[in-house]
Amino acid sequence: MDIVNDILEREQKKAEKYKPIVVEKHLELEFDVGTLLTSDTNDLDSKLIKSDQERDIYLQSLARDNTQLLLNKIWELPTERIDEAIVVRLPQPTTVLPRAKPVPKPKPLTKWQEFAKAKGITKTKKSKLEWDEQLQKWVPLYGFRKAAAEKEKNWLIPVPQNLDPMTDMYEKKATEKSEKVAKNELQRLKNIARARKVKIPRVGLPITSDKASSTQLATATSVAKASTASLGKFQDKLPKEKEARGKGVHELIPGKERKRKLPVPTPAAEKEQNLSMIDRILRKRPKIDMEKAVSKHINEEQLQRSEEKKSMKPMKGRGKPKGKGNATNFSAKKPKGGKGQRNPSKKNPGRKRR
Amino acid sequence: MAVMQRIKKPTTRKGKKVLLSKEPKPVEGPKQCIFLQGRNPSDRARKVLRDIYDLKKPDAAFLNRKNDFVPFEDATLIEKICYKKEAALFGVSSHSKKRPHNVILGRTFNYGVLDMIELGAENFKAMSEFHNMKVLAGLKPCLLFNGPAWDLNQDLKRLKSLFTDFFYREKVETIRLQGLEHVLSFTATDDGNIFVRSYRILLKKSGQRTPRVELEEIGPSIDFKLRRTRLASDDLIREACRVPRELKPITKKNISKDAFGSKMGRIHMGKQDINRLQTRKMKGLKKSAEEKKEMLLKKKIAKKEAKAQAINSQ
Repeated sequence: MDIVNDILEREQKKAEKYKPIVVEKHLELEFDVGTLLTSDTNDLDSKLIKSDQERDIYLQSLARDNTQLLLNKIWELPTERIDEAIVVRLPQPTTVLPRAKPVPKPKPLTKWQEFAKAKGITKTKKSKLEWDEQLQKWVPLYGFRKAAAEKEKNWLIPVPQNLDPMTDMYEKKATEKSEKVAKNELQRLKNIARARKVKIPRVGLPITSDKASSTQLATATSVAKASTASLGKFQDKLPKEKEARGKGVHELIPGKERKRKLPVPTPAAEKEQNLSMIDRILRKRPKIDMEKAVSKHINEEQLQRSEEKKSMKPMKGRGKPKGKGNATNFSAKKPKGGKGQRNPSKKNPGRKRR
Repeated sequence: MAVMQRIKKPTTRKGKKVLLSKEPKPVEGPKQCIFLQGRNPSDRARKVLRDIYDLKKPDAAFLNRKNDFVPFEDATLIEKICYKKEAALFGVSSHSKKRPHNVILGRTFNYGVLDMIELGAENFKAMSEFHNMKVLAGLKPCLLFNGPAWDLNQDLKRLKSLFTDFFYREKVETIRLQGLEHVLSFTATDDGNIFVRSYRILLKKSGQRTPRVELEEIGPSIDFKLRRTRLASDDLIREACRVPRELKPITKKNISKDAFGSKMGRIHMGKQDINRLQTRKMKGLKKSAEEKKEMLLKKKIAKKEAKAQAINSQ
């Protein structure tokens, strides 16, 4: 038994040599080991903290105790060995700190990307170099040495027969290229405007080097007519003039907002809608223009009468009524004129006698 | 000012790279900090900032020039410099008769001021006045917030978050145990005094695996008094604290753990058809040829009906 007591005593002595690592606290501390943060909500010793001499000692002992508690927590975590250093894996931090910049939004698709997505078009990778049969060497798709190769290739450009023989084909090619670049830039800007939901002024008709088509001209006149302050309300119409129609024309004309139909909620509703539309078409009666109908009727009657008259005339000539020998149908008798009796109720009140 | 989508394309490859690096990212690096001088800063206020700069060092810039501006009246200069230096934290020192030894600490979100808190340095002992070994620059310090006032006062609550933001540096996965060297202690009293102390940790033997901690003050030691504040609205804070979708943990449905730590899964089963259940096979239960024929016919009719119904419903 002596040996056991000896060992126990020695152990106790050894423990006394070291200071304790246990700290007693009234309230439990809150730890966020992920951020190495501890918050101590225990009341402070107001007496010590107000005295200038003892404050620093008090603060240091407080900090020591709290640090000890935090390190105790950290030392409990599983350790790893990375490059001869003992590290601990920290848990996720619980304190949420504000970001410096907002959460990144997904980039809005360009019009082409949207279209390609809808149609399922995928990008095919082109090779960077291509074998040129004419030059008998590898020519890059773009960039360094492409322009030189192009120059070498096009040392002579024939003028096509349908063009003026004096046209400078090099200049023509350059302008075409610059136009393409400008168009691309415009489309890029349009995509940015679309992504930001900015309304941009209409460009109107596309610029074409050749003659404009009849539809383009019609669109141009429609747009020009509607481009007054009163949106073309007081603009006269030419005889036989038609309003331009077609895809995208409506949007070009100022003051013409397209009304969007609401989407059909259910298939049943759609069916009903379609049926009612068919009903409406089938139920249609011709519209009656009363005036026109009346005048038509009168015209018909007159025609009929004239026909009758024509057919009657020869009859008249053959069998004349006997009593009336006078061709002009004049009677020899004088007009009697109401025989001297005035009747005020009658339209012709009779002859006035003097 | 806000993050804008550029209209003009960068002309050089390097310029493009710089612009890309400035774009918002899901995971942000350590927040950069700038320290400015206001109108006529006192020596003490400047030294306070200088010491905070020393603590924050690899991710900070100290601008020596005096600026004639008052952050609480017009913060555009701060926003401008923060935009230029890509900084999200700032400190400004100034001095006036009304507010002696003034230090303003703040942070920005999206290049606009989020929080600004004004502190008066009443007592200050610089780092250089403590003649001992300091800690390495760029170490991640342990942060201690002592006193119940940190949770009770709304301004102090925000100040706690601000101090954490200043000294948190960066999210790390692992930390070296011997690298835990530095402690920053912030003690707040009820009357708005904040005592900032900085210590070096000395790990002593304790006879166990966990060491005994002893501290040695290395400075700076600052006694702050809380003055004016300009705090962000809750909406803005919520916007700023949003976690991007990429970082949100994906929750796995129907998996849970019980009290003993064993994994439990929930499975959804369809309704069981008892009629078709295979039971024990016996000769007596076997279907005769006629019965089989009848069954087949029934099935055929049922199939036809189902088809007709489908057509009708269309």
